[in-house]
This record gives sequence, C-alpha cells and structure tokens, in this order.
Amino acid sequence: MGDVPVYRDEGVVLRTTPLGEADRIVTILTRRTGRVRAVAKGVRRTTSRFGSRLEPATYVDLQLYEGRSLDTVTQAEILHPYGAQIAGDYGRHTASAVMLEAAERFTVEEREPSLKMFLLLVGGLRTLVAREHAPRLVLDAFLLRSLTVAGYGMSLDECARCGEPGTYPNLSVPAGGVVCPECRPPGAASVSAPALRLLIALLSGDWADADASPSPARREASGLVAAYLQWHIERGLRALPHLERT
Amino acid sequence: MYEGVVQDLIDELGLLPGIGPKSAQRIAFHILAADPADVRRLAHVLIEVKDKVRFCRICFNVAQEETCRVCADPRRDQALICVVEEPKDVVAIERTREFRGRYHVLGGAINPIGGVGPDNLRIRELVARLADGTVTELILATDPNTEGEVTASYLARQIGPMGLRITRLASGLPMGGDLEWADEVTLGRAFSGRRVVEA
Ligand SMILES: [Zn+2]
Ligand SMILES: [Zn+2]
Repeated sequence: MGDVPVYRDEGVVLRTTPLGEADRIVTILTRRTGRVRAVAKGVRRTTSRFGSRLEPATYVDLQLYEGRSLDTVTQAEILHPYGAQIAGDYGRHTASAVMLEAAERFTVEEREPSLKMFLLLVGGLRTLVAREHAPRLVLDAFLLRSLTVAGYGMSLDECARCGEPGTYPNLSVPAGGVVCPECRPPGAASVSAPALRLLIALLSGDWADADASPSPARREASGLVAAYLQWHIERGLRALPHLERT
Repeated sequence: MYEGVVQDLIDELGLLPGIGPKSAQRIAFHILAADPADVRRLAHVLIEVKDKVRFCRICFNVAQEETCRVCADPRRDQALICVVEEPKDVVAIERTREFRGRYHVLGGAINPIGGVGPDNLRIRELVARLADGTVTELILATDPNTEGEVTASYLARQIGPMGLRITRLASGLPMGGDLEWADEVTLGRAFSGRRVVEA
C-alpha cells in the first residue's frame, strides 16, 4: 500500500475563486508546504460545514487530501479570523488585500516552503487587526520586508551601487535603493530625510519612530515603496490602486 | 489543440465563469454531437438575450423594458431599497415574498485583488437615488462573505451621514445545521444579529 496522501498544515487563505456550482478553489500560504491550491467542495452553499473558515485572510488549521493538480480541503478550523475582524474597516481591508496578493506573487512556485513569507504575512495581518498603527504604515512595513525576503531588499543606509555607508538624498528604483553622489544614475528620485527615516523605521520595526512620522513623509515613503514593488513584480498588484488615500 | 473552429469554440466556452478547460472541451463536443435544431435554438437565444434584455435604468436589474418589473409596479414601497450584488439575488429575494420595496443592483462586490473597487460598482447611482429623500430605509443584502461584508460596511459609511435607516440582512446560523459545526465567525455574527423570541 502506498502512503495515504492526506496531510495537515496551517495556513492563511490568500484568495478564493468560484469553481462550478458550489465549490471554490482556495489559494493558501501554508507554514510547511508553501503555497497550495485546493478545492473546497460545497463551500458556497449556505449550509456548508466550512462556514466562513475559508474566507480570505483567515488563518486556519487544515487537513488536505493531496491531488494531482489540486488538493482538496477535508477539514478546516479557524486559528485567527483576521479577515472577518477587519471586514468593516475599509482602509484595513484594502491593506490586507494588498498583503495577500503580494504574498501570492512573492511565492512564485507552488509547494515550495516559504516559512519567512508565511511568518511575515501572519505578523502583518496580526498587526493590522491590532489597530495600533495606521494601516498604510503596517502595509508598507510588510511590503519592504517581503521584498527583502524575496531577494529584492531596498538598500537604505548604504549606497545600493558601491556599498558606501550613509543615508543619501537620492533613491534609484532600478539600482535597488539609495545611491551616493558618485553612483547616482540619471533619473534617480530625490528622497526627503523624513521619508528615508520612515522607510528605515518600517524596515527595522521601529514603530515608535514610524508612528511619529509626519503625513508628507508617509505619502512619499508609500509612493517609493509602491514604485519599488511595481518594478520588481511583473504586471504590478491589482489591489494597490484600491488602497484608501491617506 | 484542435483544429480551427473547434478550438475557437473551446476557447470561447473557457471564458465563461466556472468553466475550466476540461469542461469547455466537454461542452464543445456535446455541441458538436447535438441535433442542429437544438444548437440553432441555443445560438438564437444567446443573441436574443443580448438584443432584448437590458438593465433597468432605476435599479440595474435585468429588464425587458426601460424599467424592470419591480420598479414598474406601483404597489412596491418606494421608501425601501434593498441593495444586492447581482440580478440573481433579486430573484432569490423575490421568491421569499417577504420584501415589498424596490432593489438596487450593484453589479458585484468590493474585491481589491479582483480589481473591483467602489468606483466599479453602481454606488454613485445608488447615492443619486437617495438624494430626494423618498427612500427612508436601505437594506444591505450583499453576500454573507468577506466581499459582501466589506461592501456593506463601505456603503454604511458612505451613506450613513444621509440620515436614513440602514439595516443589514441577518446572517448567522444556517437552517438545517447543527450549532456545534458553526465556526466562530458565523456564530459571532449570529450573536450580534439575535432577536427577541415572541412569547
Ligand atoms: Zn555609491
Ligand atoms: Zn428596476
């Protein structure tokens, strides 16, 4: 007899798409298995035993049956209903939508474990739900760190070209961060000192500093993070234009 | 890959919602094997539905005339609007015979990852319908899932300041289910939507 192709894992529901009459395909970023796609049978019926357990941004304990192209969810229990906790808060909901989409796009291969991305996502959603910091700050911190995990880290305290330590007033998206006067390529954006300080605070998790940042610095930093993200993610993120303007 | 027009048919069918490549292939071969008269009738009704059916200019439900049957009915209560995502939701609510007001069909729900924001829905049109003060209650009947909840709370926030009564369809425990199988989100919603039991 071969192995029974049933496995257990925990994960965050990234996205759901309808399948046939009453089923859904659920995309989940799991702790151990990486990103998986699985069928949830009958989940769209109001009497489904899955209830709201497989809604986007829900952190669930799962049992799955491994299939050839798609797995099948056989059991799901909620660990944290992050999505439901912010469904009534449009600013936080759209920020979570960008996180989920980015997590999917940064885990390029299915079934390739990515514990760091999983932990970042759970941490990002938990922080968003806690309502202690502005949603856009939480999102930008998540994006900066997930870019680092994906291998596209933004260089903020040394020249992205020559490595000379320093905080410089110019940032080049193609070069990968701030650039010193000698290395500065044509077309490098200028970055204000408060915006650069905010980016550094967000990347390092210095929330006291980030929370104290003035709004113009926040708008500037968000713009730079978005431009940097669009450069590294092909076709960009669909949820990004729907973020609430701050 | 199949030749020319057969592949074209499979490709077209594959664009329909809920139809994957396998199903598209199965339907295509069903059509190939079917009686020519049946296929002609299907083709005819496809063209007819696009020619004859349009959207009600008031509520955006499907209609054969300028306005749908509900909006054209003078007995319907003008002070009540029930907001739904799709025309099929109007059909579902009409079947209950519980609701005597009119509808507003949004054309979907907020879903940022799917590229659907508030501007892609008929929210501006809804706000315009509320402007003259005829409507006193808005019932939000979007789907009881995350997208529906997000849409309902967005609408409540936008329309709240206009001063009319805004209600949300009770969502909670499905009839025919056991309490022990309910997840905490569903059970929590059922608690917040509880009502008095008449003695
Ligand atoms: Zn340099
Ligand atoms: Zn109508």
